[in-house]
Order: sequence, then C-alpha cells, then structure tokens
Amino acid sequence: MLTRFFLMGLDRKAGLVLTVLALLAVLVPVMTLVVPEGSPWHLSIFSVSLLGKYLCFALLALALDLVWGYVGILSLGHAAFFALGGYAMGMYLMRQIGPRGVYGNPILPDFMVFLNWKELPWYWLGFDHFAFAALMVLVVPGVLAFAFGWFAFRSRVTGVYLSIITQALTFALLLAFFRNDMGFGGNNGLTDFKEILGYDIQAPGTRVGLFLATVAALALSYMIASGIIASKLGKVLVAIRDTESRVRFLGYDTESYKLFAWTLSACMAGVAGALYVPQVGIINPSEFAPASSIEAVIWVAVGGRGTLAGAILGAVLVNFGKSYFTGALPELWLFALGGLFVLVTLFLPKGLLGLWAQLTARLPSGKGKGAPNGKTADQKGM
Amino acid sequence: MRRAFRWLLAACVAIATTSAALAADLRPLVQTMGSGGYAGTEKALNQLSEAGDPAAVPVIEALQAGDLYVRKADGLVVIARKAGAGFALTDPLSGAVVGEAASGAIDKIKINNALRRSISATLGALTLMSPDPATRRSAAEAVFKSRDANALDTLNTAIAKEKDERIRRVMEQARAAVILTAGASEGDTQTAIATLTARGDRDALALLSMIAASGATDALKTAAAGAVAAVEQKLMFWGALQNLWYGLSLGSVLLLAAIGLAVTFGVMGVINMAHGEMVMIGAYTTFLVQQGLRTYAPGLTDLSILLALPAAFLVSGGVGVIIERSVIRWLYGRPLETLLATWGLSLALQQAVRSLFGPTNREVSAPSWMSGAFELGGLTITYGRLWIVVFAFAVFAALLVALKRTWFGLSIRAVTQNRPMANAMGIRTARVDALTFGLGSGIAGLAGVALSQIDNVSPNLGQSYIIDSFMVVVFGGVGNLWGTLVGALALGSLNKFLEPYAGAVLGKILVLIFIILFIQRRPRGLFALKGRAVEA
Repeated sequence: MLTRFFLMGLDRKAGLVLTVLALLAVLVPVMTLVVPEGSPWHLSIFSVSLLGKYLCFALLALALDLVWGYVGILSLGHAAFFALGGYAMGMYLMRQIGPRGVYGNPILPDFMVFLNWKELPWYWLGFDHFAFAALMVLVVPGVLAFAFGWFAFRSRVTGVYLSIITQALTFALLLAFFRNDMGFGGNNGLTDFKEILGYDIQAPGTRVGLFLATVAALALSYMIASGIIASKLGKVLVAIRDTESRVRFLGYDTESYKLFAWTLSACMAGVAGALYVPQVGIINPSEFAPASSIEAVIWVAVGGRGTLAGAILGAVLVNFGKSYFTGALPELWLFALGGLFVLVTLFLPKGLLGLWAQLTARLPSGKGKGAPNGKTADQKGM
Repeated sequence: MRRAFRWLLAACVAIATTSAALAADLRPLVQTMGSGGYAGTEKALNQLSEAGDPAAVPVIEALQAGDLYVRKADGLVVIARKAGAGFALTDPLSGAVVGEAASGAIDKIKINNALRRSISATLGALTLMSPDPATRRSAAEAVFKSRDANALDTLNTAIAKEKDERIRRVMEQARAAVILTAGASEGDTQTAIATLTARGDRDALALLSMIAASGATDALKTAAAGAVAAVEQKLMFWGALQNLWYGLSLGSVLLLAAIGLAVTFGVMGVINMAHGEMVMIGAYTTFLVQQGLRTYAPGLTDLSILLALPAAFLVSGGVGVIIERSVIRWLYGRPLETLLATWGLSLALQQAVRSLFGPTNREVSAPSWMSGAFELGGLTITYGRLWIVVFAFAVFAALLVALKRTWFGLSIRAVTQNRPMANAMGIRTARVDALTFGLGSGIAGLAGVALSQIDNVSPNLGQSYIIDSFMVVVFGGVGNLWGTLVGALALGSLNKFLEPYAGAVLGKILVLIFIILFIQRRPRGLFALKGRAVEA
C-alpha cells in the first residue's frame, strides 16, 4: 500500500530529481572526506554546509509549493514554520552545551544566566532528549498550522486575505521572539552550539552527516509530496486550487483537504528549519521576518509554481545567486532580487520549468515575437 | 503703520530707562548692606524688600549663599567666588567682572538665623510680588515644591495682593502644601486638603497620601484618604483621556499610511507591497526640499513642509504612474502575482534610495510652528502630533471629496464597478487606472511628509508601515474609505490602551492576534461591501 503510494508519484521528472539527490549523497561525502585537500575535486567543509543550506531552503520551497502550487494557498508566513522547527532544534542543541557555556551553568543556557533566571522555563523541559526535540520539530509547526488553518479555512478566508494574515502571523511571532522574557534568547537567538547526538558539530564528519540527513529529508518529502499529488487526494487539491466553490458544491469537504495539505506543508517547513540550524550554527528571530517568507515564495515562482522539481531548482538557483551577489556585488543583490520578482511574474508565470512549454506553445502561433529572446536574457541574468 | 512703530519705539525706550533708573536706586541700598553689623544688613534688606525690584534678587541670593563680600580698600559690596588662590569679584547688580582679590582683602557679610529668615522672606516677597506674572507663578510653584515654612507670611501677603486668578490659585496651593507639611489647626488643614484635591496632580497626590498615612487626627486621616481617592480617580480620568489622545495620534498616523493603500488596494484591488516605499519616497522628497531651501532660501526653511507637500505628492504619484504603466497593468486580475511583483519593486526602490542617499537616517527638522506643546486640563499635547492628526483628517476629507464629487472620482468608481461598461461609455479605463494608482501613491507621498516629522527618514521607513497599513485596510473592509478611517482609529486606540498593561511589543502582538481572529469572524472586514459582486 505504502510502496504503491510512493511509486505512484514516480514519473520521469521525479526519477531525475531522485537521481540527482542520490548522486549528491554519494559524490559530496567522497569529494569532501576522501579526495585530498589539494586536489581540484576536493570540496571544502564550508561548501558542504552551504550546499546543505541550499537543500534546506529547497525543502522549504517544496513545502510552500505544495500549498501554493497545488492548493492555491499563497502563504506569506512559511518562514514562521521554518523558524519554529529551527528553534525546536536549537533548543535541543542549547541543552547539549551543558556546562561548557561562558557562565558554566550546567542547566541554564548562557542567556538565561545573563537575565538572572533561576530555573529552566517549563517549555524547555524535555529538549535535552533528541527524540523529544525531533518530535517537537514536527509538532510545534504542525499544531500552529492546524489551529491557524482550522480557523482560517472554516471561515473561508481565501486569496489575498489569507496571505495577509499569514504575514501578520509571522510578524507577530517575529515581535514575540525578539522579547527577552519569552525565554528564547531575545534578538541574539540561540547559537554557540557544541555537539549533536554526541558528535562535535564542527567536525567534517558531522557536517557531511547533516548534509546526508538533509538530502534524505528532501528526497523523502519529495516522494511524499509527489505521491500525494498523483493520488486522488492530489486531484481534489488541484481542483480546489482551480475552483474551490465547484468542488464544494460537488460535496467535497474542501476545508479538511486544505487543512491536511497546509499542516503537512508546515511540518515539512519545520523539518527544513531543524536541519538548517545545526548547519548554519545559529537561529534568531530574524528568520521570522515577513521578507524571508516572501523570498521563499519567489524561489518557487522562479523554478515553476506547481512543479515540485521547479521549487527545488528555484530555491537552489536563487540562493546560489544570492551567495554570489552578496559576496561580489552586495549593492546589486536587492536590485537583482527585486528585478527577479518583477521579471518572473511578468514573463515567466510558469517559472523556468514552464519555460520550455511556454516557448513551444507560443512560437507556432507567431504571437509575441520578441518575447523568447527576452526570456533567454532573464535566464542568463539569474 | 509708521506711527504705531514710533509708539512702540517710544515705549521700549521708556521701559529701558525706568529699569536703568531702578538699578541706580538699588545701588546705594546694596552699598549699605555691609555696614552696621547684622542690624545694618537687616535694615538694608528690608529697604530692598520695600523697593520691590527683582533686580535685587541675585544680591540677596548671594547673601544667602554666603558669597557677598565687602572690599576692604573702598568698601565696595561685591560677589566673590573662589578662583585659584584668591577670589574673583563680580558686581552683584550687573554681574560685571570687577576684578580679583586675595582672601585677606575682602570681608564676608555675615548672616545669622534671624537674618536667614528675613532673607527667605524677602526673596519670596521679591519673586512672589514681582510685577512679572511668569516670575510670580514660578515662585509660587517653587514654594509648592520646597514647602518652606518661612515663606508662609510672605505667601499670605502675596495672596492678598494677587489679582490674577490663576496665579492666586497656585499660591493658595503652595500655601496648602506648606500648611500640610508644617502642621496647622484642624480647620486650616482641612481647607488645605480641599485645595490640594482641587489641584489633583501627582505632587498633590504624594502630599495627600502622606497625610492619609500620618495625619494628626483620625478626622484628618479620613479626609485625606477621601482626597487621595478623589485625586486618583481624577488622574485616572486624565490618564484615560491621554491614552485616547495617543490612540488618536497613532490612529491618524496609521490612517495616513493606510489611506493611499485604501485607494490602490481598496478601490482598485491591487496589492501594492511597494506602498511603504511610496511613503519613504515622500519622506525623502521632504528631506530634499528642506535641503534645497536651506541652501538657496534659508528664510523659507520654516515653510519647507508646506512646499514639500505638493512635491511629495507629485514625485510619489509620478513613480506610482510609472509602476502602474510598466508592471501592474499586465497583472490585473492576478492579485497574488501583483503582490510578488510589487514586493520586488519595493526591494529595488529601497536599494535605489540606499545607494543614492546612504543607509543612515536623514535629518528632517521640524518647523518652529510644529514644535512645542500646550496643556489642556491634565493633557499634554504636542503641536507636531496635533498637526499630524489635523493633516490626516484633512487628507481623508479631500480624498473623499475627490472620489465623490469630481469627474475623476466618478470615472474611478465607474471603472471599479464595471470596467467594460465604463469603457463603452467613453471612459479611457487605462488612463483612469494609471491615474488612480498615481493618486494612491501620491497620498502615500503626503503621508511620507508627515511621517518624516515623527520617524527616522531611512530606506526602511516604508517597511515598518506596510504591514500595519494592510491590517488597517483589511480590518476596516476593503473598498470602503470610512472603514479605513474607523479601522485606523480603532487599531490605534486599541494599541495605546493595551500598552500600559502589556508593554509596547506585547500590545502590538495582541493587536495582530486580534486582527487575525477578527478576520476569521468577518473575512471581509468591518464594513464589507454587500452583494454578490464581492464573492470572488
């Protein structure tokens, strides 16, 4: 049953994605750990973490594409779920520091000692166990998304209104996590991690292990998402995206379908955040910023809304571009990103993966003659 | 005109000569202070007191502080303060430098306790009975603060002489404060409690609670306790009113920021995420206008805000028209794509301003007629905030008139209600679209002029308002200007009333949660448009 579910989503594109991920899973460890450092084929630990970061973003984009591309819910607050997952993992990592903090307190993290707290707040209990923290990575974003979605979908808040209140949600969380008395480190957030599951977090082996975990999570999420989309459930979801009222009139309980996809997507975003934190080494409230949610939306739009592979491609490409630009031409990055938003929405409504279909569909009709050239230029500009 | 001017000149000359004459009269009196021991000083002091000239105040203050000396060589009375090995001498009346002297060359004018009492009485008399009302008032306030029992007699005389109702009230309050501190007969104390209850501010509250805790008799204690309750109630009332004012003030800022959005989002249905950047452009235009005036016409700097208003409207509106023509018109009917494209524009605009003007805050100074504050009962109202409230309502009214009473407004409403029909009636819908978007953006520019007065003019200025503005428009109901007004004022007041209990940040979070829950109850806002057309 389960195998059939996973196999159902496996078309040619899915095969390609999984092959690429498998290649990464083999090549990256070999190039980092086996190939000697002087060799041109050697991959530095820094690059591994960078790649891992891109893949975490890809997982976030995948989660977002599931709700935006297939159910039509544009979330401007997915970074909130990402950050909540990240905080759950960060809390586990904080507890692993133990007495090695600056103040040497075996129980309390440094920032609590600094704020003169006497004991661990109740919501920090249990986070010294990895299993509990891992569960919370799924549960916290999931429960928040479920509660939020339950209210929102039931009162039929749709379209732009929904987008704006998701933005309000992440903004409220941003403000909340900036407060010192919340007990999550205020604006410094959680950082200075030492080890994960007993392994030194800085060691190359651990880094590669985290990278492999990210690849595995991404592959699994991809299979789940494509399985859902290929199933009957997926058909209903797409139908809701296209005309929700008609699906409702046909007797489907559209709210429950939406709620399911929404909660699943939030859990995936939480996992992405949890994998992101140990690789980057810090989590702070700025991850909640509405701007980062909207940036995630543009990854999906660039790659191609409504194509899971496109979301992954878009996230990796845009973030690669960001790393390059902010290093080489920091002044230009926001122009490039802003331009990308405009150009993609104007000229690439289906994203890069839709480009081919767009070209072949348009050319024979003779319409919009100069357009294809413009698009190739966009592609290069990325 | 010329005659009036001549009169004015004559009056000035007259005042100048009289004050010079008075100072000349004082000099022999001051000169006698150092002779005849305590009795001589006392006599001179009494004469100074009778002369009633406030010019003598520094002399007496110096005497009180022990800084008044007689130069042995010529018997000149001087103020001497330690400077290096010797003393620096200044003239007590004019404050002019007289010279220096070794400590052996001058004699201190000594004072005893009796003299100290008459000194403070004289000082009180000179200031409390000074011909200048402001001096009298501040002297009375000073006595209220110091609660100096020595001043009581002078205070009584001053109250008897005082003609100005308001100053007499302050003096009576000062007397009440002195009486309560020093203790007096039961009847006097009761009157004093009543007077302080009428004053009803925090200082009065402190004094009254002191009496309530440690009054001489039980009757006094109860009276004081009652007074404390009355004052607390009064303070709470004014506090609530002050909160209401803060709420109105914040609400009008929100209104300013949101009202342009009410046009682009509410009327046209365009999700303009670059709205905040239009506000920012307006603020930077204000900065440029002010800089320009400072360089080329320094005399007009006070008017820069007024000149900036049309400039900001045109610049922001122009940018808006360009954006509509180049990007937004391709995206009508695709709200989510519009959202993304305008977000991209906002990033690019922010970076453009950052590259042009630098990332730091720019200084926009307030004109003189916008600085300062005045008091209304227990309220303190700053002129800057008052003008912003007035301005916000003026903009709102102007927009309402423009939409309801002009041909342009009629075309906007026609296009939003039924585009093909409007087109068929000969309205150039494309041009109306561009102009409407320009109008909304121009109003955002106007908001930028106002916000440059109360916020930092930086590239991030707009971002801090964009979420709030959307909340206001969505809360009030899209497509309804009155909804925007009510939404802005309601959210502003709610925020300010939550702040004292929850703190600024938590208050804001609570407001956001409130809006999220509110939209669940009423997905189309407070004042939703009725009818089937709104069902998307």
